Amino acid sequence: MEKKHMFDNPDNVKRLLRVFFGSIVALLIIDVVYIILSKQHIIHRHVEYQWEEYWGFYSIYGFVACVILVLVSKYVLRPLVKRKEDYYDK
Amino acid sequence: MTSNYLPALIFMLGGFLIPFFKGRAKSVYMLLIPVVGFINLIYIPMGEHHLMAFGDFNLVLLNIDRLNLVFGYIYHIIAFITVIYILNFKNDVEYVAGFFYSGAALGAVFAGDLFTFFIFWEMLTVGSVMLIWARKTKSAQAAGMRYLLVHAFGGLVLLAGIVFHYTETGSLEMTVMTLGNWSSYLMFFGIGINCAWPLLHPWLTDAYPEATIGGTVFLSAFTTKTAVYALARLYPGTEQLIWIGVGMAAFPIFYAVIENDLRRVLAYSLINQVGFMVVGIGIGTELAINGAVAHAFNDVLFKGLLFMSMGAVMYRTGKINATDLGGLYKSMPWTCLFCCVGAASISAFPLFSGFVSKSMVMSAAAQSSHIAGQGALVFVWLVLLFASAGVFHHAGIKIPFFAFFGHDAGHRVKEAPMNMLIAMGIAAFLCIFIGTYPKPLYDILPFPVDYQPYTISHVLTQTQLLFFSALAFTLLLMGGIYPAEQRAINVDSDWFYRKSARGLYAMLDDVLNPLNAWCESMVRGLASFVADFFRNAGSKLALFLSVNLWLLQGYRGKHLAIKKERLNNDILQGTLPIGIGAAAAISFILLIFILT
Repeated sequence: MEKKHMFDNPDNVKRLLRVFFGSIVALLIIDVVYIILSKQHIIHRHVEYQWEEYWGFYSIYGFVACVILVLVSKYVLRPLVKRKEDYYDK
Repeated sequence: MTSNYLPALIFMLGGFLIPFFKGRAKSVYMLLIPVVGFINLIYIPMGEHHLMAFGDFNLVLLNIDRLNLVFGYIYHIIAFITVIYILNFKNDVEYVAGFFYSGAALGAVFAGDLFTFFIFWEMLTVGSVMLIWARKTKSAQAAGMRYLLVHAFGGLVLLAGIVFHYTETGSLEMTVMTLGNWSSYLMFFGIGINCAWPLLHPWLTDAYPEATIGGTVFLSAFTTKTAVYALARLYPGTEQLIWIGVGMAAFPIFYAVIENDLRRVLAYSLINQVGFMVVGIGIGTELAINGAVAHAFNDVLFKGLLFMSMGAVMYRTGKINATDLGGLYKSMPWTCLFCCVGAASISAFPLFSGFVSKSMVMSAAAQSSHIAGQGALVFVWLVLLFASAGVFHHAGIKIPFFAFFGHDAGHRVKEAPMNMLIAMGIAAFLCIFIGTYPKPLYDILPFPVDYQPYTISHVLTQTQLLFFSALAFTLLLMGGIYPAEQRAINVDSDWFYRKSARGLYAMLDDVLNPLNAWCESMVRGLASFVADFFRNAGSKLALFLSVNLWLLQGYRGKHLAIKKERLNNDILQGTLPIGIGAAAAISFILLIFILT
């Protein structure tokens, strides 16, 4: 019988996902707090662009960027460039 | 105490002596070379050394300033780490080539004039090709040959640029150039080929994954970073570089998402990281150049670390495609841990090395975008932000996930050998050390650093960016949309010299060969017709005459056929009665006599 490893147990995977989704929510909440504190001038926030101050700008940008990245790679790039493994040997 | 030995010579000559050592002495000796080199480097005073008059040329073999010293340090460090990593391979070719190659890189960055720079630049190619060929597989041989051809071409372009530059200015000094005349463009493109600019890049993604396990670690450190150094030295603030860099940062991540060979994924992400450096050099402010150089320094470490971890996986399992791997955290936990450190560093997680250097380039782009006339840098900034999210996606998550987690491919192997673990451990330690305490790195950068990476805003926004990239990965994977890895290759711009040449060949084959065959059949047909004609001419002529005669005499049908057959046989077999032959001959002579 092989030793059970950490992610062989589905509960551990679930636990990990729960922590992950928890931190996602936490980050969004921290962003709200941070925006309020910087608007009240309790914390100095240096921004280069105005949109950096919008709630969730970096979160949404990161999420959308990756979704676009994956969709374009899968549905545009792969059909264009995919070849059999021996393509160059023929 | 001062010293002025050429750092390149210590590596190259030292490397050539390696085969004379045996066993443990060999290991100790190999580790001593970079250590001695480093001590030597520390004691070389700033400025020019080893001036040589060579004909009309004034060569400066060694010139040390703040820009190339950073590269010198990191080259020694990564050489030391890589040597530890390859100690168990017992392959003298790889050892000698590795030292020759790193020596050439040191020679190129410390070269004080363009000619010396070019000589070492070419040696760089020789060393790297040896590292690719040392793999000794058929595909490595072919990839090495393509690598050699591309770099030989790039070297010639650079040489042409240097020659033109010398005839125009009479100087071989390595000073800042402005793009304008032919010579400056030729040098620019010559360097660009080694820098893996878009469309000029496929030598990298083609050859690096074909090199030996240790060779790829060497390769990832030197060639592109030396090109980055050359651009920072010769073309800082060249606007074209910004756009070239943006292209480099953006396009490889799409390829990386669908690539199956994990070392090739890393090769694509290498181009992506070099893109950040090239953008920094193109912006050209002190902060931007500092950022580019610091990022080059960090990239050598974390990219080396990632290649080492994938090399260890390959060494133990014999596999490198994502489709063949998975679940290795069970049997290679330390390698997995070090890989994750490298992944976090390349993704620029706070507290890891990428964070303290990539943010400099981003800040430089943002700051410069407020200057009148540079509004386009806003777009650059947005693309770089996109690339930052993307690099986490493919290098930060994909590499560890598909190799060490994900679907368990059932490999039950031993943990990587101790020397590999030590090498990865040192690199991982440095990644975290620089990430948490960047001051030593900032102190050696070319310009004084007035930059604070750890502000609340930086940390929070970067964490958000990365966590939500991870969220996208998680959701796409759980939703089954994430593209499954497939056993396939993806064509890149190397298609133009790998396949279109064959296409041209096939086209010529289709046009010229049938033409050739047709001509041949024509000539042959004519010749055989003529030969045939003259061979049977006598019988045909006789038959023609006789048949008409017989028709007049009233022979028809079967009788005629028998007579024809008989005559034909008699002529062909030469069994005509003598009299007929003589009569034919005489009548022929008579005919000639009458005609004349």
